[in-house]
Amino acid sequence: MSLFSMMGALEIGLIFSLVALGVLISFRILNFPDLTVDGSFALGGAVAATLIAGGTNPFAATLAAMAAGALAGFITGWLNVRLKIMDLLASILMMIALYSVNLRVMGAPNVPLITSPTVFTMILPENAPSWLPDFVLRPLLLLAVVVVVKLGLDYFFSSQQGLAMRSTGANSRMARAQGVNTGHEILAGMALSNALVALAGALFAQSQGGADISMGIGTIVIGLAAVIIGETILPARRLILTTLAVVVGAVLYRFFIALALNSDFIGLKAQDLNLVTALLVAVALVLPATRRKLFARKNGGA
Amino acid sequence: MLSAKDLKITFNPGTPIENRALRGMSLEIPTGQFVTVIGSNGAGKSTFLNAISGDLSVDSGTISIDGNDVTKKTAWQRASQVARVFQDPMAGTCEALTIEENMALAVKRGERRSFRFALNRSLRERFREKLSLLNLGLENRLSDRIGLLSGGQRQAVSLLMASLQPSRILLLDEHTAALDPKTASFVLELTARIVQESKLTAMMVTHSMRQALDYGDRTVMLHQGRVVLDVSGEARKGLDVPDLLQMFERTRGEQLDDDALLLS
Repeated sequence: MSLFSMMGALEIGLIFSLVALGVLISFRILNFPDLTVDGSFALGGAVAATLIAGGTNPFAATLAAMAAGALAGFITGWLNVRLKIMDLLASILMMIALYSVNLRVMGAPNVPLITSPTVFTMILPENAPSWLPDFVLRPLLLLAVVVVVKLGLDYFFSSQQGLAMRSTGANSRMARAQGVNTGHEILAGMALSNALVALAGALFAQSQGGADISMGIGTIVIGLAAVIIGETILPARRLILTTLAVVVGAVLYRFFIALALNSDFIGLKAQDLNLVTALLVAVALVLPATRRKLFARKNGGA
Repeated sequence: MLSAKDLKITFNPGTPIENRALRGMSLEIPTGQFVTVIGSNGAGKSTFLNAISGDLSVDSGTISIDGNDVTKKTAWQRASQVARVFQDPMAGTCEALTIEENMALAVKRGERRSFRFALNRSLRERFREKLSLLNLGLENRLSDRIGLLSGGQRQAVSLLMASLQPSRILLLDEHTAALDPKTASFVLELTARIVQESKLTAMMVTHSMRQALDYGDRTVMLHQGRVVLDVSGEARKGLDVPDLLQMFERTRGEQLDDDALLLS
């Protein structure tokens, strides 16, 4: 694998670590199986790309994309909390609704951003020095974004408000007995989660040169894969370590994929991506149990 | 003061499994009183408690705390006035959170929660001090997940958590039922101590007539969703389980046939 494709994998891995952090909030902290993610990732890309193509400042467009994602997550939560629709079903409804919304937003199946300015072109120097080329600077910029988001989440979840949100997912009856409005916590958590996913979508569209209606397909699986790989590699009780594990998981996942697709001797091609993903997640799910069994055998008789 | 007037709750109305759990239940508990509530299975004990806490909404009747009507308030809105300890040790605490995080949740019960850190040095010091009163060594395990504790330890911590914030009434829902006899009596003694020290108004639901008579200032017996016996003061002193049974039979004209109630 060349340095160039490694940096490319790092770049996309870092973008998807934002998805993974969002999925961590819905699936793990709120205990809310949320498939809205497939729609809100594309929504983030669609909103950002359409606005930028229309001449809006890329930073404002990215913020708008986050707001749109937050709204989508809020509606999913609202369907569940107020209308009492089962959580998984509510998120599926929102996911397919967003497909139409995204087509409406873009007005076409895709919006190219080849020549438009992006957050990357605005921050990074026009003519990068040869010792620090563009394909190294971009992952660095994304790393800074991911670190800020991770630390922000760590802070939030150790605050009084964040603790209330965690208790909502962990034991909602107890949370209510402590005066936590669990309905509001779910709405806020879902909005936060999908805002992060939409941010990832907006950055993805700007990094890959455009938004596409199908860009969101399978996002939830990648997010979950990152969470599961992270938790497998770095099993931790403390949330600060779990958020780190999830970021590492997302980057590793991209590396595995790049490795699999770049190794000519295996003979895998780009169209095998989803098959490789499914295999990888299956392995990550089975790994902890297998490891326990192996260790038990080693200490056998004890 | 807690006042419940003519509470009615029917589960699955209009179906073959219709269950009139509360049929005009009324009870007044003056401030500072510790009431024990007994009754056989299906008498409406837990339903009554859940109605007071707001987990269940009543079909009719009113509930007021210190003169404020809270009938229409949700469980989380009542949390500033109502503290509770659940029957299931798992239910009262967050398994995945640490001891100190659980206590930090409880210390803000019914208050506005801010974006400030939930834990700080002075809070930890306060928690450590409270936990050391239990003599369970928990003061050195603040950052352990509460899921690692035994059922009895978790109930003891739940009790502490309930007393971290002032409340108008403390609800104890058979909170020793899931514990072994030795642990149960430890938790009961702790309950009596906390209620007395903080001068709490409390209502303890129990399955055991013995416990009901040994603890508190007043004993209320429920049957078919109503209060059928209410003894306190001098009349209650020296009362024994057989006396209670006799009184029950006299008022109801029927035999009590719940073995669990008689044997425990």
